[in-house]
Amino acid sequence: MTVNQSEIIGHFGPYGGRFVPEALIEALDSLTKAYEDAKADPAFAAELDYLHRTYTGRPSIITEVPRFAEHAGGARIILKREDLNHTGSHKINNVLGQALLVKRMGKKRIIAETGAGQHGVASATAAALMGLECVVYMGEEDTKRQSLNVARMKLLGAEVVPVTQGSKTLKDAINEAMRDWVTNVDSTHYLLGTVAGPHPFPTMVRDFHRVIGVEARAQVLELTGKLPDAVLACIGGGSNAIGIFHPFLEDTSVRLIGLEAGGSGINSGKHAATISGGTVGVLHGTRSYVLQDENGQTVESHSISAGLDYPGVGPEHAYLSDIGRAEYQAITDDEAMEAFSLLCKTEGIIPAIESAHALAGVMKLGRELGPDSTLLVNLSGRGDKDVDTAARYFGLPL
Amino acid sequence: MTPLSQLFEKTRSENRAALIGYLPAGFPSQQECIDAITAMVEGGVDAIEIGFPYSDPVMDGPIIQAAADLSLSQGTGAREVFSTLAAITHMGTPAVVMTYWNPIERYGVENFAHSIAQAGGSGVITPDLTIEEAQPWRAAVKKEGINSIFVVAPSTKDDRLEQVTAECSGFIYAASLMGVTGTRTTVSTSARDLVSRVRKVSSTPVAVGLGVSTKEQAHEVAQYADGVIVGSAFIRLLQESQSMGEGLIRVRELAQSLAQGVRR
Repeated sequence: MTVNQSEIIGHFGPYGGRFVPEALIEALDSLTKAYEDAKADPAFAAELDYLHRTYTGRPSIITEVPRFAEHAGGARIILKREDLNHTGSHKINNVLGQALLVKRMGKKRIIAETGAGQHGVASATAAALMGLECVVYMGEEDTKRQSLNVARMKLLGAEVVPVTQGSKTLKDAINEAMRDWVTNVDSTHYLLGTVAGPHPFPTMVRDFHRVIGVEARAQVLELTGKLPDAVLACIGGGSNAIGIFHPFLEDTSVRLIGLEAGGSGINSGKHAATISGGTVGVLHGTRSYVLQDENGQTVESHSISAGLDYPGVGPEHAYLSDIGRAEYQAITDDEAMEAFSLLCKTEGIIPAIESAHALAGVMKLGRELGPDSTLLVNLSGRGDKDVDTAARYFGLPL
Repeated sequence: MTPLSQLFEKTRSENRAALIGYLPAGFPSQQECIDAITAMVEGGVDAIEIGFPYSDPVMDGPIIQAAADLSLSQGTGAREVFSTLAAITHMGTPAVVMTYWNPIERYGVENFAHSIAQAGGSGVITPDLTIEEAQPWRAAVKKEGINSIFVVAPSTKDDRLEQVTAECSGFIYAASLMGVTGTRTTVSTSARDLVSRVRKVSSTPVAVGLGVSTKEQAHEVAQYADGVIVGSAFIRLLQESQSMGEGLIRVRELAQSLAQGVRR
């Protein structure tokens, strides 16, 4: 990188930026302006806060899990319960924020991409709540794997478009959503579901999820009287992780650890661990780490968790990794499923398989640091949607 | 001055628009791509735009996506793109490469510009490179003396239009409509408006792409633009034909028809 891009808005060191068709620049500029205006308007924050209290169910609670922790070196483990939010994951935080912005911008139609269906369901929910037309792009493969969420979105009044191009998964759903946006940009807002994509999405989506970390930091302080030794979260695009990490960035004693989807293991080539196993490149409008071949073609990712199955990652995570402020480790499918099962049986909580990657990470770290440590984990979603996958994995009759 | 710039001087003196044909490298195969381009040139196409097939082409509609997927499945990469480019320029036809940004960054920005120049290419069209991110590329194309072609859209505001067109040489790629590549039954009226707005801020030639597939459409665009870009219509003929022989005949016929269209 020959230019000092950190001085340009929308960059995180050499990462981030905007790599999009010129046709979208006007829309991105308007969105940036609408977001900045909203940030400066106390009425916007008040409206979002009201929705979070009366609709999302915020603040989400924290839960200490001592029986689970017995298997993690006896460390003190605290879960931030984003799984208890309306629609079952952290995704609603960003979706409600952007949907309010859509109303401010006067647009009537939202489009969204979804992999596992959680962001699609959250988007369809917000569209129903605010009277917006909603189209969700979903890879054809994912519509088969996650048919329950397809039905949920349809019940909520959204149109679900199966994407048959390319690998028929999340990355192709994003491509198709961007094509729709280029074509219908005057009437339509692209409600991107993670901290990737062109500026302002990585910054704006992060800000909407910061509420996770702001609440959790205060809750842990109140419960334990001190900051945790580490904060752990799973990483696909990285939205739940950046949400809980960001309010701890200045607390340099607190380790921030992102757990990527290691699939069958990094060495197998079948994984979605973009920072641990990828290289720097540009995908979906932003520069970050990417899974790609020597010609710059995106390589398909693999993970048991559809929500982490993405060959890119948010640019701020790439930056936090480079400067050493956050650490990124890969968790295999098997490690995640062991942690999944353990939380079910020791605490009576069925986590999303995505979040189970963070639980596997805390099991390793707890054993390393022992009983004197306090570890905060973002339980980003609940596992109702994963019952089918988990039953298959554990060989249970369906 | 690149062969592309010389072409626009020539077509201006002939009071006509230049006809630019697009095909992705390696489609339908490495050699058949060159055969099809030969047929396009024989039919009257003035310059060629070679596509670098990419896994995530967000500016392209289903026709070009399918062609790119086929090409990628046969292993097309940078080496094949540059050898196709060299084959065309050896025929004496001005040629540029159209590529999304990541393949350039992966290959190395300076190396990419150098390889274009080595293959006799006139320049590169970069549909997802914004001027804010273009600094390393700007330096590389300047060093190699090749053209840098950015895309402008109907949504591009006047002040930004001035900035983007100032970065362009060879020609300015004007997207005729808000949308992706593909054939359309009519050329959007937004194309004429966009070209006239470009004329106010730049004297660089303007070529119109997206949605042009017939002689009539080419003729209409040639009334106000310096170049007419046709891609999906050629690809569709090759996709629909029963044999490559039939495909080449139909490609040559379309090129002849379009070449009549660009003459005012």
